[in-house]
Amino acid sequence: MSLRFVEGFKFTKLDSPIHKMDPRSKFVLTTGLFITALMFTNVFALITILVLQIPLILISRTSRRWLRSMKAGVFLGAFIFAINAISGTSLILAIAFSLRFFAIMSAFSFFFMTTSPDDLGLSLDQIHVPYSISFTFTTAVRLVPTMAIDAQTVVDAQRSRGLELDKGSLMKRIRNYIPILIPLIISAIRRSVELAEALESRAFGATEHRTAIVTLKLHFVDYLTIMGTILGVALATYVYFRVPLPTLNIPIKLPRIF
Amino acid sequence: MISVDNVSYRYSGTPKDVLTGVNLQIQDGEFVAIMGENGAGKTTLVKMFNGLIKPREGSVYVDGIDTREKSVAQLSRDVGLIFQNPDHQLFAETVAEELSFSLRNFGFDEQTIKRRVTNISTALDLEKYVDSSPFVLSGGERKRLALAAILVWDPKHIIMDEPTIGQDYLQKDRLRQFIVQLISQGKTIIIVTHDIEFVAECKPRIVLLSKGAVIADDSAPKILTNDETLAKASLVRPQIAELIHQLPISEKPPDIIDAYAAREFLLTRLLKRNETEELR
Repeated sequence: MSLRFVEGFKFTKLDSPIHKMDPRSKFVLTTGLFITALMFTNVFALITILVLQIPLILISRTSRRWLRSMKAGVFLGAFIFAINAISGTSLILAIAFSLRFFAIMSAFSFFFMTTSPDDLGLSLDQIHVPYSISFTFTTAVRLVPTMAIDAQTVVDAQRSRGLELDKGSLMKRIRNYIPILIPLIISAIRRSVELAEALESRAFGATEHRTAIVTLKLHFVDYLTIMGTILGVALATYVYFRVPLPTLNIPIKLPRIF
Repeated sequence: MISVDNVSYRYSGTPKDVLTGVNLQIQDGEFVAIMGENGAGKTTLVKMFNGLIKPREGSVYVDGIDTREKSVAQLSRDVGLIFQNPDHQLFAETVAEELSFSLRNFGFDEQTIKRRVTNISTALDLEKYVDSSPFVLSGGERKRLALAAILVWDPKHIIMDEPTIGQDYLQKDRLRQFIVQLISQGKTIIIVTHDIEFVAECKPRIVLLSKGAVIADDSAPKILTNDETLAKASLVRPQIAELIHQLPISEKPPDIIDAYAAREFLLTRLLKRNETEELR
């Protein structure tokens, strides 16, 4: 089991037009994609949302890491499909739910791969989010790769004790993750307590009004992105309510298990 | 025997090999310390011994079996790897359950599990905690529990990654005695460590890694008194060796690294001096 898919959510400094964009405009774009993905259950609409993201991924030069995160999502996507299919949802809807998962995951992968946690924190500060909240959020984003390294070590440690994650029935496989999750949660709690103590020792929160040396500024491309996203969401809403979309028809009915 | 044949390895997405053309043979019952600077490839190398990492170039054989042909679970039956941080493996509600986890994975019967848990908790002074949660134990006790959780299935080869980190002097001394005991039982012991003083006291064979390659492979007294070799691996002489090295006396034996040998040497010199003065 490899946790390298986390690379698909990790920021790396690159010289691309997307990386240079303001985090706020990228956040609006990601939120727009998220809202439209939640809006539709039509397979063609969800495929369109997913395909629309590909040029952005290519321009940001993060396609390899994006593919890695998508590949890692296949298991969860298949799980969502299977749960929906066996619980009586139609096959089309089960496919749609899996596609929705991929569309949302892709949008957030794009956002986190191209947005520095520092810029993210700065943009939150500039929209007057309390510093303690913006700091907590950016720290959480920053700690994801560290947590992934921890998770890989825990997996290695338990495999060295004879744990075989991919063996046994479905229930056994789920139970196999308990020895992974507990040490991971405990070490995360320990880490956060240590971090809190270290921050307090360094006078965190001593001044109420913080100043920043850098001020983020929206440029033409950012305004264009925000306007484009608003128009896109408006168009999607219109299509959702007014335009009959073609539907996929699969003449197979799965037996209901639950 | 553990045999490493011309192994090179690179983590995907990284520009440089972490191991380059490593050749190494570790005989059964041997005590080996793998040392080197941070990022030298020590942990990567030992993770190959139980199959957690499979070599991309070259081969690793454990008792004649290519590690590529077996799963981690199959290899772990003979190769016990104790991780640096015990918090990365402890999860059960009680110490007894923690100790029986691997035994259940390896398919031991309940009677054997009970017996082995009792034996190992007694051997490692954990018997009073068997019904306690592993998370209420102190750092040193958790480290001992992690060690017990591996030794409980009696692997033939035991690898310890940084076993002395976070241990006080007495605990280190107990660990040293325990290692001696394990060696006397015929176990192969491999430790990955930066703790030069601990190594000087234990005097194992040292395999020195630097930038992914083996730069020295010899006895502890020979390596730990060779400043040039030590510098390549960002290490320094142990304090006793440095003390003897700094003494302004002639005919110093070059390979004294521990307190006992230093004491013997100094006593001999003092006696000799007294005798000479008496003769005068």
